[in-house]
Amino acid sequence: MKKSRNQCGRRREKWFSNACIIPSLIGVLVFFVIPFGIVVYYSTINNPIVKEYVGLDNYKAIMKNDAFISASKNTAMFSLIAVPLATILSLGLAVLLEKNIPGKSIFRTFFLSPLMVPTASVVLVWQVLFHKHGTVNQVIEMFGGNGIDWLKSSKGQVVIILMFLWKNLGYNMILFMSALCSIPKDIMEVADLEGAGSVYKFFHIKLRYLSPTILFVFILSLINSFKIFREVYLLTGNYPYDKLYMLQHFMNNTFQSLDYQKLSAAAVLFSLVMIVVIAVLLIAESIFGKDVEN
Amino acid sequence: MTVRKNNRMLNIVLTVFIALAALMFILPTVLTIANSFMTSNEISANYGAMFGNMNGDEKTFISKDVNLKFIPDKVTIDQYRSVLIRNSDYLMKFWNSVLLTVPITLIQLALAVVTSYGFSRYPGKIKSIIFFAYIILMLMPYQVTLVPNYLVADKFGMLETSEHLIFKGAAKPLNVFCMMWARRAVILPSIFSPFSIFLLTKVMRRVPVSYVEAAKLDGAGEFKILTKIYLPMCKSALVSIGMLVFIDYWNMVEQPLILMKNTTMHPLSVFLSQINTGDVGLAFAVGVVYMIPTILMFLYGEDYLVEGIAYSGGIKG
Repeated sequence: MKKSRNQCGRRREKWFSNACIIPSLIGVLVFFVIPFGIVVYYSTINNPIVKEYVGLDNYKAIMKNDAFISASKNTAMFSLIAVPLATILSLGLAVLLEKNIPGKSIFRTFFLSPLMVPTASVVLVWQVLFHKHGTVNQVIEMFGGNGIDWLKSSKGQVVIILMFLWKNLGYNMILFMSALCSIPKDIMEVADLEGAGSVYKFFHIKLRYLSPTILFVFILSLINSFKIFREVYLLTGNYPYDKLYMLQHFMNNTFQSLDYQKLSAAAVLFSLVMIVVIAVLLIAESIFGKDVEN
Repeated sequence: MTVRKNNRMLNIVLTVFIALAALMFILPTVLTIANSFMTSNEISANYGAMFGNMNGDEKTFISKDVNLKFIPDKVTIDQYRSVLIRNSDYLMKFWNSVLLTVPITLIQLALAVVTSYGFSRYPGKIKSIIFFAYIILMLMPYQVTLVPNYLVADKFGMLETSEHLIFKGAAKPLNVFCMMWARRAVILPSIFSPFSIFLLTKVMRRVPVSYVEAAKLDGAGEFKILTKIYLPMCKSALVSIGMLVFIDYWNMVEQPLILMKNTTMHPLSVFLSQINTGDVGLAFAVGVVYMIPTILMFLYGEDYLVEGIAYSGGIKG
């Protein structure tokens, strides 16, 4: 008798915990999942009025679209350089800050501060630094070099890579620092007793334990690298120099022309690429980090 | 002996290196603050060339070079007086940012508390599949999620809204809700962003089962367990997640550009890029005013923030 009442209560509790998820689930379905289904549908029809099925025509069309190709290229270029850089540099910073140096906590604050400063607030300083007659060029010319118009040349990517690193290194560094802290002390002690050098310890022990964090930082930086549009937009507006024309610019301008087919095909294509990339990274991590997982 | 000496040298070199790098990281912020105390004459003398070029009409009386200045010749709060008192445009945009960011942060957090509780109690197969779907959604860039958001906003006529202030007299403060309603195209999808659910679920999964069992023996129902055990134990996590969410939306550019046709409701983060030649002098001060809320949060809650970032590590677990 008592047992059955307990079971009844348990069922009710279970029901309560399931019900807790429902409001969020409805929101996610209404604002993301269902409309994404419609986006997939739109990507296979010729236009929203006639609604004739055209198969992969929209995808073929967008693959031939110059603006889309150059936007994808620029975005891919940027991510391919900025993401590994952000991962390696922030790991380096975390390892350095793990050492016994004075003023550690102040340095941590400094590195983390760009995260909390709105990009819009400091964009003017970046403009001054990288203007044709700006500070960086003045320094270059002082040493006898020739200045370049950074934001209006193919070197524009350098500027936004720097801005990206400035904004994101702190966050990644904290992730690595907390991962470094959680490496079991006894393993490091055994390594010390066995006479392992610090280079050996780093590459054969720490890196192994850090591999889930490396993966996470990599994915996180990848996601953040697609937000670089903010910086580019604030620096140069809607129609920047060719090499700074990002995927988000393409989307924005396509939104303005209300070309749903182009837009939908681009979004679906991009989401597929992202899913493949993330899956590959997850698989790579599960192979590499297998032996340290508990 | 020499080894120790070498080590010490290395440490000094490292410290200097890190110190220099750290200085580079705060430089843009410090420069923005320093420049905000300049007179408008000084600013147009130093930076005028930049904005002259941008509009295509190069003014001859301004020097060709753009001189970055660390310390103003004459310290003045004139810029701030203009931003805060004389020209209400910027304050309006600041208020726009508040009207977007505050409701998004608060409601997203409240929803995350409930949802994460659901995810962390009685885990099952369906729940873990849904949770994984949330992670995938979280990892999708704006270029993907904004298209579905746009379709919904378009369908329900949320793209071109304006503020209808219906409350009068003593009920006037309630107009805040009308203002938020006018901004629903951006607020609604943002509320359901899975980021805070993802973090909070990971935190809530660490709440010891023994606490819950003990509370149950004392006759606590599910709702009591949520409010009396889970909530107090997640307090610091909530603060840190709240900070991360706030800064993310305080910084937003993509969503208003696409989902808000009515530019008078655009937040300051978008508007700052459109500052025109006549207002160059104000730009630094506006920038500083805009960073005050997040900087204060950072100074007050740096440790929370660090804790929150540490929670976010790892997709599994």
